[in-house]
Amino acid sequence: MDIVTPSLGLVFWTSISFLLLLFLLGKFAWKPIMKALDDRERSIEDALSAAEKAKDELARLNNESELLLKEARAERDLILKEAKQLRDNTIADAKGLAQVEANKMIEKAKVEIDNQKNAALAEVKNQVATLSIDIAEKVLRKQLEDKSKQENLVADLLKEVKLS
Amino acid sequence: MTGSIAAIGAGLAVIGAGLGIGRIGGSAMDGIARQPEAASKIQTAMIIAAALVEGVALFGVVVALLGNG
Amino acid sequence: MRRSGFFTKKLNSFLMFSAILCFSYLPSFSNEVEKHEVNHTENADTAAISHASSNTDSSHAEHGEEKFNASELILEHIADSHDWHLWGNTSIHLPILLYTDKGFECFSSGKFNHGHDKVAGKHYTYAIEHEHIEIVGENGEVNEEATKSMIDISITKNVMSMFISMVLLLLIFTSVASSYKKREGKAPKGFQSLIEPIIIFVRDDIAKPNLGYKYARFMPFLLTIFFFIWINNMIGLVPFFPGGANLTGNIAFTVVMGVITFFVTNINGNKSYWKHIFLPDVPWWLYPIMIPVEIIGVLSKPFALIVRLFANITAGHIIVLSLICLIFIFKTIMIAPVSVGFVLFMDVLEMLVAFLQAFIFTMLTALFIGTAVAEPHGDH
Repeated sequence: MDIVTPSLGLVFWTSISFLLLLFLLGKFAWKPIMKALDDRERSIEDALSAAEKAKDELARLNNESELLLKEARAERDLILKEAKQLRDNTIADAKGLAQVEANKMIEKAKVEIDNQKNAALAEVKNQVATLSIDIAEKVLRKQLEDKSKQENLVADLLKEVKLS
Repeated sequence: MTGSIAAIGAGLAVIGAGLGIGRIGGSAMDGIARQPEAASKIQTAMIIAAALVEGVALFGVVVALLGNG
Repeated sequence: MRRSGFFTKKLNSFLMFSAILCFSYLPSFSNEVEKHEVNHTENADTAAISHASSNTDSSHAEHGEEKFNASELILEHIADSHDWHLWGNTSIHLPILLYTDKGFECFSSGKFNHGHDKVAGKHYTYAIEHEHIEIVGENGEVNEEATKSMIDISITKNVMSMFISMVLLLLIFTSVASSYKKREGKAPKGFQSLIEPIIIFVRDDIAKPNLGYKYARFMPFLLTIFFFIWINNMIGLVPFFPGGANLTGNIAFTVVMGVITFFVTNINGNKSYWKHIFLPDVPWWLYPIMIPVEIIGVLSKPFALIVRLFANITAGHIIVLSLICLIFIFKTIMIAPVSVGFVLFMDVLEMLVAFLQAFIFTMLTALFIGTAVAEPHGDH
């Protein structure tokens, strides 16, 4: 029947049209379109993976900074502790030193005081001796004012010497 | 006379295709109801299966058309 | 799963788009009805003329004034024609190209004067009978031998419609391609965003699942087939001038498509494909049965494609035309609202079918190529 018999003219034109269309569209449409689609897909994929990577990196950095913070805190604590200890030590040292110095000074003062006392005592003794001698001299002078007395004494002393 | 016999033939072909496509559609509905998330895959498979059944029926119709002339 | 959701969304928006498009050409149905009315009267006129001139052959006299022959009108509408009827008595006379045994002939179809006149060409005299061009002698008798050797490669209505679709496709896709070049790496815009999901649909839902990693080589072929069939289906649904040709419902068109698919499939067939046909894994004494079955399988695949597209589109056109013919069969305008309502419904359905048939043709083509280029499995 007519309707199911292909007419040669239409077969001819359809073949030509289709092959021409396949060639033209393939060259001027599908190639650039497919390329653009692939490129865009790839770039989206790249961007996504880059974002993922950036996220990982960020997480890693966060972790690191956390760690760093912890370390810093620990270090700070340590430094503070050390400083405190140092301060304590310094204070203690200073205290000790001051004590020693004070002791030394006290000792010195004591020695000085002793010296002064001794000197004073010696002075007093000297004074007393001088005074005693003076007194004695005066007494002796008084006693030995006349000649008889002096001779008696000499005689006595001589007697004494002769006796020994 | 040949025309009416061809028409009967076309009718028979259509009955077969109707039953076949009906079963395909029904089963696809069941499948989609059971697994709505696979709907698009089931749809594609359904369309292909329906097309294959329809193709056979269309042979019948074309033969009827041929016989008619 | 995400992609399938995307697809259904796109399909929904596509359906919406189709519906809008359909409503936008609702007014044209009145045109359609009018056109048929005119056509009918024209038919009556020609019948009257043939009555008046002389009672020639019986087939012409059959569609008389009182008897309206719906099946003849429908078959005339879905068949190819040498001039493109616009409205009333206006039609475009398309060029006629003939390749006879004596050489080329080229003249306008207007010279036939709707089949009433004979045309004297360079080599022979030609007459047209039911869109068939025949070589006739002086007395009007048909020269069978010369007619048989003549090839009619006229630019018919279908060829013209195909050229229009080609120009449309080229315009659309080169402009889309240039906007891809202009807006490199950016989001699609305007017409690009209408076309892109369809291209991605062809790639991700047709080519990739069937062809695997070899899909890129066949993408141009599949895309061209898909869009060529789709746009011609759609143009065929438009009832007035640039459309109306039943191109994809013409067996010649689908035969070419099927044969091209057949060649693409078999030329790309690899070793395991041919081994599967000629040395199947069965005992040797089954070969006389298996090999013919396999060869029939190879041939029936494109044949099924051919017949499916042809019959689906033709059936759609026949249904729409039959519904219109109801008005003339019942001879009352009262049936027109019912008729137009049904035609509207059928046309929406046909728009879905237009997409579906293009999709199925491409899908099955991809499937056939996929089986031909598939790597052999371990168990085969």
